Amino acid sequence: MSETNADQLVADVLDGDHRALARTITKIEERATGYRDLVSTLHAHTGDAEVIGVTGSPGAGKSTLVDKLAKRYRDRGLTVGVIAVDPSSPYTGGAVLGDRIRMASNVGDMDVFFRSMSARGQLGGLSTATADAIKALDAFGKDRIVVETVGAGQNEVDVVRTADTVVVLVQPGSGDDVQMLKAGILEIGDVFVVNKADMDGAATTVSDLREMLHMREGATAAGAGHHGAGTTAVGTSEADDDGDDGNAWDPRIVETVATEGEGVTELIDALDEHHAHLRSTGELDRRERSRYAEEIRQLLRNDVADLLEEELERHGGIEALVDEVSDRESDPYTVADRILDPLVDCVRERRERPLD
Amino acid sequence: MSAGQEQRTIRCLVAKVGLDGHDRGAHVIARAFRDAGFEVIYSGLHRAPEEIVQAAVQEDVDVLGISILSGAHNTLVPKVIEGLKEYGAFEDTLVIVGGIIPDEDREDLMAAGVAAVFGPGTPMQETIDFVRDNAPRR
Repeated sequence: MSETNADQLVADVLDGDHRALARTITKIEERATGYRDLVSTLHAHTGDAEVIGVTGSPGAGKSTLVDKLAKRYRDRGLTVGVIAVDPSSPYTGGAVLGDRIRMASNVGDMDVFFRSMSARGQLGGLSTATADAIKALDAFGKDRIVVETVGAGQNEVDVVRTADTVVVLVQPGSGDDVQMLKAGILEIGDVFVVNKADMDGAATTVSDLREMLHMREGATAAGAGHHGAGTTAVGTSEADDDGDDGNAWDPRIVETVATEGEGVTELIDALDEHHAHLRSTGELDRRERSRYAEEIRQLLRNDVADLLEEELERHGGIEALVDEVSDRESDPYTVADRILDPLVDCVRERRERPLD
Repeated sequence: MSAGQEQRTIRCLVAKVGLDGHDRGAHVIARAFRDAGFEVIYSGLHRAPEEIVQAAVQEDVDVLGISILSGAHNTLVPKVIEGLKEYGAFEDTLVIVGGIIPDEDREDLMAAGVAAVFGPGTPMQETIDFVRDNAPRR
């Protein structure tokens, strides 16, 4: 992609061209040549959208709820972007991205921009790609961006961390309360939704959830200065002042019947409340800083990993090195040192030189 | 992924347009495309042409596969193609049609911009190969 092409694409995105937005997200997904410049340029135009992450187990009703949420936002005159993340096959890389089927309330409304993404087998790369796609939607001018993902593993938790507010969907009867004790899901939620609230057992689920969250509050209050979800400490600078403030967010529990659109208004109220809370406590900035720190680290890790792959190739590829090790001619530490040494030398040499 | 190496995954929208309620074939093709390593977005049943256009544009698919059994292809397919043109998405989307299409209608569909028609009994590999060979390079 030539520079002028990139400039034109950004201009078109900022101009509200849907095709350009779609194309931009594709370039981001494919890590196409020049996608970095594209994201760099878009970054200056971001910062206005509220980003909401929605996660929960398969079948909990995430897509249906997101559909109704988008509709309700549209009724209020807001524009919406949705990114739905689905797993891809670890064998073929193929994927069926099926969440679009449930976006029936927003048919023909281009101001709901719905985009399916898959993991494409990149460990850790998904959250980078999602964060970049959010930037594209933000720069395009979307007021609300919803990121929807199955809450199964680390990858998905990372994706959800790209959001200001995290919504966790729980389905009644989805297991005993030990399920909720398991790490992950409970810690990341700012708002919990018990969907399918018309089902038997919904009341039990709500009270179980309330109890668990209460215990979480107790545990974190006694903890080492952190409160609630998502406050992954980045810098050491902010870590100190967030222990003793009395404004810890008390996670909300909302009951919905997504298929009927019941409880969606209450959910939006809870989301607005949480956002107001983030603003008033300065947590919004802290989360943003934490996200950027993670983004920078992730990019660095990826780039260094790529550089190391190149070095591996230069040394005859991993197989040749494995041969050396298994023939007892060498050992893993020696091999690693041999490959890394020139890089270390290079970096140290550059460090000695005065900065330009 | 090493630096400079581009990863390109073929993205397809498998779409059911109109009133026919049978999507077994669409499911089979979606699954086969997935197993071929494509990313498949399935539209679900009973979609209006404008819904298909919206999905194809937003998802920026390389391939749009429309499955029709109802006989309404002569009205619905051109509508979809018109919609794609409206968004400037037609030139780089490969449009293929599957289902029950009488021979005498094929030429009209091709003239309207359909790249290929795959009738019942087409070996899956033939369709996959066609997509691989003809998915637009961008």
